[in-house]
Amino acid sequence: MNQTSAETRSVVVEREFAFPPEKIWRALTQPHLIEEWLMKNDFRPVVGHHFSLRGDWGGVLDCEVFTIEPNRTLAYTWNFAHDNATLNLQSVVTFTLTPTDAGTRLRMEQSGFRPDQRQAFGGANAGWQQFFAKLEQVVARTD
Amino acid sequence: MRNAHAVVFKTLADPTRRAIFERLCRDGEQTVGALTARAKISQPAVSKHLGVLKHAGLVRDRHEGRQTHYSAQVGALAPLIDWTGRMTGFWESRFDDLEDLLKRMDQ
Repeated sequence: MNQTSAETRSVVVEREFAFPPEKIWRALTQPHLIEEWLMKNDFRPVVGHHFSLRGDWGGVLDCEVFTIEPNRTLAYTWNFAHDNATLNLQSVVTFTLTPTDAGTRLRMEQSGFRPDQRQAFGGANAGWQQFFAKLEQVVARTD
Repeated sequence: MRNAHAVVFKTLADPTRRAIFERLCRDGEQTVGALTARAKISQPAVSKHLGVLKHAGLVRDRHEGRQTHYSAQVGALAPLIDWTGRMTGFWESRFDDLEDLLKRMDQ
């Protein structure tokens, strides 16, 4: 499920939902619905629109809408600016909806960051960062 | 794989549970009593959290006389240590919430 290359890495998560693409599209593009499953936001389904995703941990992701193909494809940047350059994250999240017999297959691909920015992944979920840093030490000791 | 990721993430999303797990990682095997003495919650509450951690494969219990000793199973974290696994877990758990939302939505 995970793809790795020298320059960029991407994360792919796919799941089939027992609902039509139109309904999933609403959940992906209406701000009050996005907030319920992802984060607080000021999203608008307009290419070029800049918006923020605000996590419960206080972090803010800078986003810009890249692609809007209703009921089919949604893509936006998922950037995390940090004073520490190694924590900067520049990535693109692409959602692809494909109708199936049972409903819709939803595919999420997040890509575009370099291996030397791996730490920045905590930026998307910074509450975990310290926790994982500590655990990496623990695991390194037990290996 | 997605379930394993999501379960571990959900289990550790609770700060109290995470604190208990961190203590076991840091200080090694402990009894419920020893963990309770340091926690700000009751022994039944600590036991309940340990049950959830055990279900997720994050701790193991060992019975000795009347005491139960718990230890951290850091191997259960291996898929999450790498960032790709970490983000996969993040999105899997977001998809869980999306699924819940879709069930509640009209139409």
